[in-house]
Parts: sequence; structure tokens; C-alpha cells
Amino acid sequence: MAHQFPALTSEQKKALSETARRIVANGKGILAADESVGTMGNRLQRIKVENTEENRRQFRELLFTVDGSVSQSIGGVILFHETLYQKDGQGKLFRDILKEKGIVVGIKLDQGVAPLAGTNKETTVQGLDGLSERCAQYKKDGADFGKWRAVLKIDNQCPSHLAIQENANTLARYASICQQNGLVPIVEPEVIPDGSHDMEHCQYVTEKVLAAVYKALNDHHVYLEGTLLKPNMVTAGHACTKKYTPEQVAMATVTALHRTVPAAVPGICFLSGGMSEEDATLNLNAINLCPLPKPWKLSFSYGRALQASALAAWGGKAENKKATQEAFMKRALANSQAAKGQYVHTGSSGSASTQSLFTASYTY
Amino acid sequence: MPHSYPALSAEQKKELSDIALRIVAPGKGILAADESVGSMAKRLSQIGVENTEENRRLYRQVLFSADDRVKKCIGGVIFFHETLYQKDDNGVPFVRIIQDKGIVVGIKVDKGVVPLAGTDGETTTQGLDGLSERCAQYKKDGADFAKWRCVLKISERTPSALAILENANVLARYASICQQNGIVPIVEPEILPDGDHDLKRCQYVTEKVLAALYKALSDHHVYLEGTLLKPNMVTPGHACPIKYSPEEIAMATVTALRRTVPPAVPGVTFLSGGQSEEEASLNLNAINRCPLPRPWALTFSYGRALQASALNAWRGQQDNAGAATEEFIKRAEVNGLAAQGKYEGSGEDGGAAAQSLYIANHAY
Repeated sequence: MAHQFPALTSEQKKALSETARRIVANGKGILAADESVGTMGNRLQRIKVENTEENRRQFRELLFTVDGSVSQSIGGVILFHETLYQKDGQGKLFRDILKEKGIVVGIKLDQGVAPLAGTNKETTVQGLDGLSERCAQYKKDGADFGKWRAVLKIDNQCPSHLAIQENANTLARYASICQQNGLVPIVEPEVIPDGSHDMEHCQYVTEKVLAAVYKALNDHHVYLEGTLLKPNMVTAGHACTKKYTPEQVAMATVTALHRTVPAAVPGICFLSGGMSEEDATLNLNAINLCPLPKPWKLSFSYGRALQASALAAWGGKAENKKATQEAFMKRALANSQAAKGQYVHTGSSGSASTQSLFTASYTY
Repeated sequence: MPHSYPALSAEQKKELSDIALRIVAPGKGILAADESVGSMAKRLSQIGVENTEENRRLYRQVLFSADDRVKKCIGGVIFFHETLYQKDDNGVPFVRIIQDKGIVVGIKVDKGVVPLAGTDGETTTQGLDGLSERCAQYKKDGADFAKWRCVLKISERTPSALAILENANVLARYASICQQNGIVPIVEPEILPDGDHDLKRCQYVTEKVLAALYKALSDHHVYLEGTLLKPNMVTPGHACPIKYSPEEIAMATVTALRRTVPPAVPGVTFLSGGQSEEEASLNLNAINRCPLPRPWALTFSYGRALQASALNAWRGQQDNAGAATEEFIKRAEVNGLAAQGKYEGSGEDGGAAAQSLYIANHAY
């Protein structure tokens, strides 16, 4: 404890820090296109498309081959292992297509959840075994950031102290290993929205979880300037009967973050969870208009909230390419505007009226 | 853990947050005039003055009779217990004199250090017994904030994990109790400058200590917006042969804070430790010119660095009182400027040259 054995050189730190900042620069966010095979199965089933490698490749190709202007909205794309090695119709690697657009390539690194015995069905995440070697290989193969998703739930006696500690610790180990291999770790401690709890309860739990995550990152000597955070927004549980406005969600979310996330973290890219595309955009916009101090970029790392319309437009048919790409570009642009607090929803009266809906922060 | 039992009502939170913001309003800092009887003995013996209650009263009167010029640069004064109940020559309580200047009154509440058995001369701090009742009384008697000092030291094997944990915990208990009684806790985890360690080592230790502190504050449900932090600046040990510029000290200090102090904390009020008056001002100024984004106020809570010249000018003679008060006002104004990065110093070549001396932060 008294002595420092530096984990990273100045050059390593500089490279990590620059990559992290590039991803969230100027209102850019992340396209989370790292759905596992199983999860893609769920998505494709809804549009009645068979879950084959080729179909998955085709859909991702549509997203990645949009016009180069997408790089003004998208700073990074998270890929699943299979996708990192896939190519477009002309045989060009997806990762090269993205890089040429100036987009940073990322890779999902965790290997899914595993149960924590003796808890109310809580989990930890596996994937640490051989992680260093995998990271080194992914770095050679074009990835510059990684992502690891931990899951916590709000329920009877949950999240337990053990679940919080254990998930914070595995996230910190993963982050440390990534940085040793030149990958910026995106740290994702998702508190899922399942349940009937209210927004205040979600805020309380989110604060406890994030405090534990940042203590663990510090204990593991992780260089915060070379990381990104991917948290849930603070919302009520899905089954909660009380409704909250985007401004209330924004105030609760930013309050929780500013009590726990050090200013050294360059960017916070929210997950969209089960939110609709429009809600995810409106909430992000409100977050960026929130009057509390916000020393980090507040952006997006959306999966469904960037792809739902595109997926529906595609329906598995090549002739729907244009409609698919337009649908995706529209959401990318909307979210990039929201990341700057400049999104104008056709039904809203502009930022002046939303400002007045922010309740003073001391009530949170 | 899963349930929040709110420690404070919305009104209590607002009161605490308002007090904290008043103390660290732009350009303002704290006069630490809370030297215990024992500490005052040392100060007074240096100027050949006997350590009597009357002399201590006369000396504090020199400071508190400063005119309205101090209103714009002093936001709070920390008192020792005895002083809280003393009056000036006209029978006006010191508390009222200070309050009438619009300055917030604070009180030292810890009861000094005690050894931690089994460590290399490390300590914790006592004072928790009956603290709630004492705080309630102090609040009635005019105090709106408190201060508690913990001490850590850097050596071959220190600070140990126990010292860090125990001091963080005791600071968190103190903070929690203060807030229950409407008192803003200033949390002071001082890492002494004794030793020959370099700047980097001090930075490393400071980061570990502060990370532990903020985890403890989170665990104890302390409302960060209603607290202030009083840390050491990051400096080399007194016996370190390497010399560092104010810009290097500033960069190391701000980097350490950005990695550990959540943006919700309204202000960081540095202790001056063994620094000279001018050094303390130059360093604070450099800190406020540091190019890294700083979401909290960065100001002073100085004892010796505000009083050394005044004490020397006074030397126990009432005829010197006016001149001594002027010395104090002078340092107060200088530090008020330094807290805004506007102090030109007594020979600096100005902001432009100094800016280039800030080494890129990834080196820290």
C-alpha cells in the first residue's frame, strides 16, 4: 500500500487516455453491436429471420457500411468475437471498414454470468481466465477497447453486499488486464430495471454500486483516465406504477453519478436497457441539459435503442438496405444531438421548458 | 444495503449544502484559528509570549478585528472550543463578530490522536463519544461547520492498510454525526510531509487515502454535497532532495483529486502543513491555474500560512495589534486571489509562462 509499483508507463497511459477521449469526443457515442449469438437469435426471431451466421453478418454489414458521415455521431462500435473477423460482400473486414471511417473498434470480453451460491439468484461474471492473452490477440486484430457487463438486480435482499463486492472486483480485474494490453476497458455495472421499485430506490442502489466499483478500480490500480463507464440511467423499475419525466430521470441519474464517479473518468456512455429508441434519446438529452456539474462526457452506448427501427426496416431482405441504413443513421444522429443537449423532439417545446422541470437537486 | 433509510430530510440536506457553498463561495477560504492550547503554546513561545487564556484571547482578537476587507476572502473561521465562548475587549462574543461579517463559524471537534497498537507509530483520532450532544450544543452556540483532523504518514511501511481504513472510518462516523446535527463536516485526512519521499509517492498515497475515505463516506450514508474536504496538497517530503515547481505540485494535486473526489463535493480547502505563507499562496494559485478540469472549488483552510506574519508583528504588544491585523488581512486577500488563480505573486512572470510548466497529466 505504501509503495507504488506503476502499472502503466506514461506512453501507455497517454495512448489509453487518447483512445477513451476519441470515442466520446464532440457528442459521439457508441453503437453496441456485440449481441451474442443467443441474443441475436432473440432479435432476429422477432423479425422472423433465421439466426444464421450469414444473416448476422448481413445485418451488421448494413450498419457498418452506412455513409462515412456516421463517424460524426458514432465514435466506437462494440463487436462480438465472430463479427471482428467477418467481412463485407467484397471481402473487406468489418473492422477495417469501421477504422477507415475513424471509428474505434471494441470487443465484448466477458463470457456471461455465473450464479453466486447462497444468494437470491444473484450472479457474477466469468471471463478472466486467459483474458490477458485474448486481449493481446484482439489488440493485434484491431480492437482498441473492451467491454464487460456485470449484472445486479433490485429485489428482496438484493443487491447483496456480496454481489456488489464480487461484481466490482471482477470488473476491476478485467479493467486492469485490458489496460495492460492497450485496450480501454468499458466498465458496465448494470442495475437492471426489473421490479416495482421506484426511482429513488434505484438511485440509492446505483450510488452504492458505483461507489464500490470506483473503490475496486482504485484498489486494482486502474488508470481512470483510460476507462469509460457504461451504467444504467436511474429509472423506476419496469413494474413501478409511478411515472417520471425525462428531467426527473436526468436529475436522479446525474446526482448519482456526481456523488460517485471521479472527474478523471473521461466519459459515461449509458446503456439503454429496455428503453424505446425515443425514450433513450429524450433521457440522454435531458441528462445533458441537467444543471448539475458534469465533468465527464455524457453519451450513449446503445444496442436496441440504435438498432430497433433498422432491424424492423430490414426484415431480412436485401432490397430494404436503404431503409435500414436510413433508420440507423436517424437514431445515430438523434443520439449524438442528445449527447450535446441539442435534441429537439418534434413534440417538445425546446430546452427552455424542460429546464423548468428540473427539481432542485437537494431532494435527491 | 438494498433499502435506503434516509439519513437526512430534504430540508436538512439543503441547509447543509447552502452552508458548504457559502464557505467556499468564489474567492473565499477558511481561516483555521482552532489551534489547541498545546499548539498555541508553541506559537506563542516562538514570539516570547506566555501561553495564558488572556493572551490567546488577545491574539484571536487581533485576527477577528479585521475590517470588512476580509468579507470577500474569508468564508469561514474554525474555532477551538475555548475561543467559541470568548469575547472581545468590548464584551462582544467572537462568534457574533465573525457572524456579523457574514462569515460562517466552525468548531474543531476531534480530541487528538491516539496510537494504533501493532503499527509503526501510526494513529487514529478520538472524539466520537458524546459527539452528537456536543454538536447539538455547538450548533445552538453559533457553529455551522466542524473540523476533524486525521493524520497519516509516509514511510517504508506506512500508511498501513489498517491506518487508512481506520482513519477513513472514524472520519465517516464523525461526518455522519455532524450532519445529523445540522453541521457541515470538514473532513481532514492529512498525510504529513515528513520524510524524503518524492512527489509521485505522495500522490500515490494521497490517491489511496482519498479513495478509502470516499468509500467510507458512501458506506456511512454521508451527504457529500454537505461536506468539505481538507486535504494536504501533493508535495514531496520535507527531506526530499528533488525540488518541484508550483505547477508540478498543482498538476499532481489536481490529478489525485480528480481520480478520487466525486464532483458532488462542493469544495476542497487545502491545509498549509509546513508551507511558508508565500509558498502556500503560490501553490494554491498554481492549482487554480491548472489546465485540468476541476469541478469543485479549490481554496484554502490555512492556519500558519495566514497567521505567521501577523503573529510576528504582534509579539504580544497591544500597540502592535493594528499592524498585526493588517498582516493578516494582507495574507487573506492574497489567498483570496490565489483561490481564483489571480495571484501574480511577488516576482512571477505571469500566467503564460507558468502555463507551459504544467507537465502533461498522463505523466502523473
